[in-house]
Amino acid sequence: MPVKIFRNFFSRIFSNIFKNKKEVKLGFYGPPNVGKTSLANRICKDFTGEEIGSVSKIPHETRNVQFKEKVEIEYKGKKMTFKLVDTPGIATKIDYEDFLKYKMKKGDAKSRAKEATQGIIESIKWLDDMDMVVVVLDSTENPYNQVNITIIGNLVARKIPVLIVANKIDLKKADMKKIEAAFPEYEVIGISARYGENLEEFYESLFKLSKKV
Amino acid sequence: MKRGDKKGLKLKGFSIQFLPYSEIRNLDSDKRIKKVLGIIAGNNILIVQGRLRPDEETRLISDAMSMIKGNFRDFRGVELAVISGSEERNFFSKIKQKMANALSGGDMGTITVIGPATIVKEIKRNPKKIELLLNK
Repeated sequence: MPVKIFRNFFSRIFSNIFKNKKEVKLGFYGPPNVGKTSLANRICKDFTGEEIGSVSKIPHETRNVQFKEKVEIEYKGKKMTFKLVDTPGIATKIDYEDFLKYKMKKGDAKSRAKEATQGIIESIKWLDDMDMVVVVLDSTENPYNQVNITIIGNLVARKIPVLIVANKIDLKKADMKKIEAAFPEYEVIGISARYGENLEEFYESLFKLSKKV
Repeated sequence: MKRGDKKGLKLKGFSIQFLPYSEIRNLDSDKRIKKVLGIIAGNNILIVQGRLRPDEETRLISDAMSMIKGNFRDFRGVELAVISGSEERNFFSKIKQKMANALSGGDMGTITVIGPATIVKEIKRNPKKIELLLNK
């Protein structure tokens, strides 16, 4: 009997140690062209020296889920290891003609659009696998976009902790108040992934949120 | 408009269809989404009483993407907006609403507008109004 008690005690301690050392799967979700990859790149560069993927002005640049494993983020003496999962932007429609505006050839535009549809399906499939999610929004755009609402609704239904980040606050058109008004039940962190603005507050919130995982 | 321009002008036909919640209440997710997408694929703008569950909304997007199939001529996805009348409620009215939803089986204070992207260019959704912008 005492042997069994000791065995249970140690197994509990060890499982807790490994639980704490586990990589937290951190997903970056949001509509296309809001800066999900820019933010993931910024974090990766700061803590690993490498980037996760390429960025472009043309929407749907990320058309496959991209990972960066064992990213150890250190903030105010605390350390956490994340697996960063950068996902293709979720949209409800895809039209290859939209890419022609960026002087893309018709054939290239069509294949980009086709890959984008697959990317969206892949993003949605990955929702279930996340431990926590950063929903990235464009602070210059109307936040009452159904994609934002659908993503957040899904995360809440799946009980996945969510952090809302309003990117591009360096731009004149940025309207943080509008984003905050659209999501009054959430803390919204305004950042500029491009210039690394306000990332301290982002890391602070990320660590706070990770306690819910 | 000049007379000569009339030749190239094509007006696409579409209809607006209303789907009462009672028609989808007893359907499972697969059949619900199939029904909704079937109506939209027939060039209809659909107004659904209530709303789909969050997982059904993502499934709808995912299935719509699968329907595009790379030709982009007949189908390019959907435009979607959920309009809820219960956004600024206090604690007690939220509970009352939840009880009403549980009894009716869905959120009756909400409507969902879904249209094919070939017809609906954009649904501008502000908290208190909705604008449907159509393609030319």
